[in-house]
Amino acid sequence: MTQQITADLVANVWKVLVSEGTVVAAGDTLAILESMKMEIPVHADGAGTVTRLAVAEGDVLDEGDLIAEID
Amino acid sequence: MIRSLLVANRGEIARRVIRTAGRLGIRTVAVHSPHDAQLPFVREADEAVALAGNTPAESYGNADAVLAAARATGVEAVHPGYGFLSENADFAHRVLAAGLTWVGPSPEVIALMGDKRNARDQAVAVGVPVAPGTSEPLADEGAAVQAARTVGYPLMVKAAAGGGGMGMAVARDEVELRAQYRAVVAFASRLFGDPGVLLERYYHRARHIEVQILGGADGEVLALGERNCSVQRRHQKLVEESPSPALDAALRTRMLTAAVTLGRAVGYRGAGTVECLVHGPPGQQDFVFLEMNTRLQVEHPVTEAVFGVDLVEEQLRAASGLAPTPGLGSRTPVGHAIEFRVNAEDPVRFLPGPGRVTRWREPVGEGIRVDAGYAEGDTVTPAYDSLMAKLVVHAGTRAEALAVAAGALAEFVVVGPRSTLPFHQDLLGRSEFARGTYDTGIVTQMRAGDPRR
Repeated sequence: MTQQITADLVANVWKVLVSEGTVVAAGDTLAILESMKMEIPVHADGAGTVTRLAVAEGDVLDEGDLIAEID
Repeated sequence: MIRSLLVANRGEIARRVIRTAGRLGIRTVAVHSPHDAQLPFVREADEAVALAGNTPAESYGNADAVLAAARATGVEAVHPGYGFLSENADFAHRVLAAGLTWVGPSPEVIALMGDKRNARDQAVAVGVPVAPGTSEPLADEGAAVQAARTVGYPLMVKAAAGGGGMGMAVARDEVELRAQYRAVVAFASRLFGDPGVLLERYYHRARHIEVQILGGADGEVLALGERNCSVQRRHQKLVEESPSPALDAALRTRMLTAAVTLGRAVGYRGAGTVECLVHGPPGQQDFVFLEMNTRLQVEHPVTEAVFGVDLVEEQLRAASGLAPTPGLGSRTPVGHAIEFRVNAEDPVRFLPGPGRVTRWREPVGEGIRVDAGYAEGDTVTPAYDSLMAKLVVHAGTRAEALAVAAGALAEFVVVGPRSTLPFHQDLLGRSEFARGTYDTGIVTQMRAGDPRR
């Protein structure tokens, strides 16, 4: 099953910690967003492989924008 | 006393510094980013200088631009507020080198006490207790296991390059330590490009209690009580109160004495805060030094309320070469004060929620103070921190202060940005907050099992 990880808020992409093909466990940090001087980690909901990475460091995200897909 | 002042900050703290300076007849200059041109602090200053960009690096964090504004307006002094350039020793040095007065401790003291490891060594040198821990990054997992025998469990595995609560994990025994050591090294390498890891004793159910100190130009250092700042999310404060309900008289005396000892040892001048962790069950409580903040704190108004002092005025006095207000050192706190931070964040997960303020109504009444950075029609942007306003209540007893807070929170209206006001109302309903027995776990406990989370 594919998990779609999306942004919960308007934010900048500060750090991307995975790439396509990275194997992740549930709870692993995929990326860190930044807004209002707060760093907001984005976690994997479940285990799998990152099949699509839709963001790069410095991108500006709207609420609901896709960050990654995990299979 | 100085006669003119540039405030190198924004929002509520710039406005608050300008208010005191204006009362003292000091000419004020604000600097502001294009985003902030309409905010109250810009209007309320005698003069305003527009800075070039909106990011912190282009505006309030830009030492060159701030110094240029100070020269262009011919001010005598610079007040840095908190954040931005306030704990930047190099900036303080440049202000002094330009022949201006720096409202804060000397650049040498900022460099000494602003660095966590230096400050910890200084505390140890004057006999102030610190948490057991490693002072240098560990060589490998085996070294971590070895060091943990001295530090003791439970302990915190921390990325040496970390900050803001990231790259930290608790280990309760050797098995957990080995797993967390590997996890934190991997995380820190990817995030900070620095795999260095430190260990520090972890205190479960601790309280974050800090001491306000004030160093006069005469070399005297006073302690103005403590603040309990244990209501935190992601290691950042949401609510602060003074006096702390979770401190017995003997421990309070020891903490205030330790803070003054540390301040005297480094020649501290101006307002500063000695942050500590208080741990242990009632009757067996003890404290360790955490770090020092060499500037005015966000939560300084609770100290002002109970001591009847204006800390910005005291900062300006110290910077002007004057001793503290006579008699300040012998004052004792009167009543109880609590501060609630009204942040542009959702009240459940505390995610940023900036936006345009379409409605803003502040509570008014006896024992109520609001320090706000915004007014109706202003826009809270994602470029800066989320603090919109601070609600401070003061009454004769803690119970009365809680009652004033309940009324004031109900009257406070913010429409547009998200706000933490509903969180504070939930907090007042929690029995451990009402009793004053809460610790730094309270926000997590409040949100445990909350389906909205």
